[in-house]
Amino acid sequence: MNIIVLAKQVPNTTEMKVNKETGTLIRDGIETIINPDDLAGIEAALRIKEKNGAKVTVVTMGPNNAESMLREAYGLGVDETVLVTDKAFAGSDTLATSKILAEAIKNLEYDLIIAGRQAIDGDTAQVGPQIAELLSLPQVSYVEEITDIEEGFITVIKSTETHSFELNVRMPALITTLSELNTARYMNVKDVWESYDKEVKKFNNNDLKLNKEEIGLKGSPTRVKKTFIKAITKKSEKQILNAAKAADVIVEALNPHL
Amino acid sequence: MTKDIFVYVEVQDNKIMDVSLELINKAKELIDSRKDFGFQVVGVLIGNKISNLAAEVIYYGADKVIVCDHADLSLYNTMNYAEIIKGIIKKYNPEIFLYGGTILGRDLAPRVSAKVNTGLTADATSIEFDPNDEFSKELWITRPAFGGNLFATIVCPNHKPQMATVRGNVFEKAIRCENKRGEILEYKYDIITNNAITLVRKIDKIQKKSDITKAKIIVSGGRGMSSNIDLLEETAINLKGEVGASRALIDEGLCPKTIQVGQTGKTVKPIIYLACGISGAVQHTAGMENSEMIIAINTDENAPIFDVADISIVGDASKILHELNTRFK
Amino acid sequence: MEYLLSEKHLLMKKMFKEFSIKEVKPLAKEIDEKEIFPVETVNKMRQLGMLGIPFSKEFNGSGADYISYILAVIELSKHCATTGVILSAHTSLCCDPINKYGTDYQKDKYLKKLASGEYLGAFALTEPDAGTDAASQKTTAIDKGDYYEITGSKIFITNASYADVYIIFALTEPSLGTRGISAFIIEKEMEGFSVGKKELKMGIRGSATCELHFEKVKVPKENMLGKLNKGFGVALNTLDGGRIGIAAQAVGIAYGAIDETVKYVKERKQFGRSISKFQNTQFVLADLATKADAAYLMVLRAAMLKQEGKNYSKESAMAKLYAAEASMEITTKCVQLFGGYGYTREYPIERMMRDAKITEIYEGTSEVQKMVISSILLK
Repeated sequence: MNIIVLAKQVPNTTEMKVNKETGTLIRDGIETIINPDDLAGIEAALRIKEKNGAKVTVVTMGPNNAESMLREAYGLGVDETVLVTDKAFAGSDTLATSKILAEAIKNLEYDLIIAGRQAIDGDTAQVGPQIAELLSLPQVSYVEEITDIEEGFITVIKSTETHSFELNVRMPALITTLSELNTARYMNVKDVWESYDKEVKKFNNNDLKLNKEEIGLKGSPTRVKKTFIKAITKKSEKQILNAAKAADVIVEALNPHL
Repeated sequence: MTKDIFVYVEVQDNKIMDVSLELINKAKELIDSRKDFGFQVVGVLIGNKISNLAAEVIYYGADKVIVCDHADLSLYNTMNYAEIIKGIIKKYNPEIFLYGGTILGRDLAPRVSAKVNTGLTADATSIEFDPNDEFSKELWITRPAFGGNLFATIVCPNHKPQMATVRGNVFEKAIRCENKRGEILEYKYDIITNNAITLVRKIDKIQKKSDITKAKIIVSGGRGMSSNIDLLEETAINLKGEVGASRALIDEGLCPKTIQVGQTGKTVKPIIYLACGISGAVQHTAGMENSEMIIAINTDENAPIFDVADISIVGDASKILHELNTRFK
Repeated sequence: MEYLLSEKHLLMKKMFKEFSIKEVKPLAKEIDEKEIFPVETVNKMRQLGMLGIPFSKEFNGSGADYISYILAVIELSKHCATTGVILSAHTSLCCDPINKYGTDYQKDKYLKKLASGEYLGAFALTEPDAGTDAASQKTTAIDKGDYYEITGSKIFITNASYADVYIIFALTEPSLGTRGISAFIIEKEMEGFSVGKKELKMGIRGSATCELHFEKVKVPKENMLGKLNKGFGVALNTLDGGRIGIAAQAVGIAYGAIDETVKYVKERKQFGRSISKFQNTQFVLADLATKADAAYLMVLRAAMLKQEGKNYSKESAMAKLYAAEASMEITTKCVQLFGGYGYTREYPIERMMRDAKITEIYEGTSEVQKMVISSILLK
């Protein structure tokens, strides 16, 4: 059985800072991590491998230095890694990214594709379902438990706001995982030691041969018009309020987040 | 020619989700801001035995509802639903298509976007037509990025429909009005045989074990809440958050160590940290000062918690929480 | 400071750091207060291959190198010096001498289980009357033809009550002093062997430091490690390596203390501003950080020399001397920057200060390091 896990290298947002003048992110010196939902995907794949036997391939799209994340994936014990990278891919929005990754995946063997639900630097949750569509695969997103896997089928539990559903899915299929799905293992000494001796397969657009109109900025239906920083003034004015007024203020602040 | 604003109307347990009605109203607002376009608000209802809900969508502001009702559609299936929406888009050419940012909406909308090759913006917090050009149909969709530090305004200039998902409670729904009239159109369901996914069982949602480090909203109490722990819990349930506590409550044996926030407890970074009756010693603030928004309530106006708070309320936390809870009844 | 490390070592460090923050740090306070040996943590380390880092896969090790092992000790000790020394004693003092001096039989029988982590190891040289003066050993090993009969006692033995295998030293030729000492591999199941009283210590309180007693323990001849009467050389050479581990522990404690202090001084306010704004805080921390880095670099140098098979006796002694004294100074000054809170057990900083002290004492006191350094210098 072949499992492909889609993973993204993301900045550790708990340390993210914004340049107050330009409104852009300060990326220098920021520690990067494997996106948490994707890490759960890697862990899920490794557990299937341990139980049923499987080859686990981690695929990422990004700049060349995303390779360090793939080394980390080797440290966790995956079998193969692929870096999809090309200057022509830069600026891709989710749909263009999905097209590129789907094309790369067509060059690989798979029974199951696992994508993290969403990346913490984008929160869009789009790439998984889009790739499923582009590869004509059945999809189950927001998987919070894998209950069974056997000959050609995977059984998963996903939840909506009101119910949980146990679903039996015929493979090949794509699922997206939540970080709550499992607790990822640590890297181990043996695999870390060998991580830099293994090959990171690279695909660029000479390999994928995608039309320039479909990739990068040009191939992205969406554009960023502008970015700006949320205006929070720390050290707020102290307000002496009665209970009703105070509740009003709190409800107003909470409203966008409930 | 593309026209109109379509809203996917999500139904769970034969009830329309609030977020869908909020979007219907938002669509109405958008149309009102550009009367010259002659757009209409169109609700899209897909499922089994849901035709009876079409009128409701109209009562909440839709001009038109497209209904696809079929026994095959009782279990939501991404592939089938996306195929139906693609058919509707091909037939009606909507300018804009909005979806609730629910688990279903965030599953369905991206699949549709790939199917019809258009852009999709997730979790919009504001939507408006290009404010600089009154003739433009370009939608300016603003969303948070990087955990809320940064906002981005996204456009989708050359692909139609322009699509977005929006979380619940971002917009308000209209007041229900039974006098409102509108058109109900049936969309014929072509049998699609995609049986790759079958339901094994439906499970009532299980209460998960709480983990305050992952909570998006934390209602946290300090010494000032020691005789009103129940209130913290009630508030947390109402806000769909978790209870946290300062060391004082742990030491008094009123709360378990697992929910202690601070240097010797857990470090948390929720979207909202509601600090109730917590004085805010550095030992505590070290564990929560990176929360995105801190709302502090304390009777002592010199309490250091106010130094880190985004909203500082001088008052009795117990009374205020009590009042807050009545708002959710 | 990461200038000297390869990407591979940086990834190794990242792994240990993550493990230490998530698994070691949360237990450190309790381990200290209740004097608990962290069995569960050792188990987890075993699963990750941390108990056999520099040993070849042929012997069930992880096949990595000595630098990786040193990075593990540093990262563990940043949060819990007890956990750091458990790994150091196991690796440097038990696995390493078997790897270096062991026969094929010994490697097969013991190193495989030690490096895989199935066994935990310990090392026993010190006796009640033979500390720095190792020549005053009283434990004897009498040749009984097929076996040696060992009788005597050892004290201050790290990992003692949790170890499965011990490297111990005994007189095979009492008249020859240090030239009559031999090394042996002892198993905890051997008849006549027992673990005695547990010491109540100032720091590293979870490390299970105990006495060992040998009452006519029959040890097969094939368990002699190295040659007859060459045990003192085995001990000295093993301690040369062990010192790098202890120096790494000292560096870890020092970095841990600085990390805690940097966080604290930014938060703690006095006279209306955070105490990090005061020049005294700034200058003290600048000094401490410089010393910690210097110690770290000395440790890396010694580790690299050992890794490359070059002489490192002087460099490891220097690293331990400097790192231990720096660690003691750093933790003491960090407590001072914490003020009254630093003296309470609410914060980890006083524990770090108590833990740092032992690094100036065990595996050769600072004075012994000076003897080693000067003897090489003045040779």
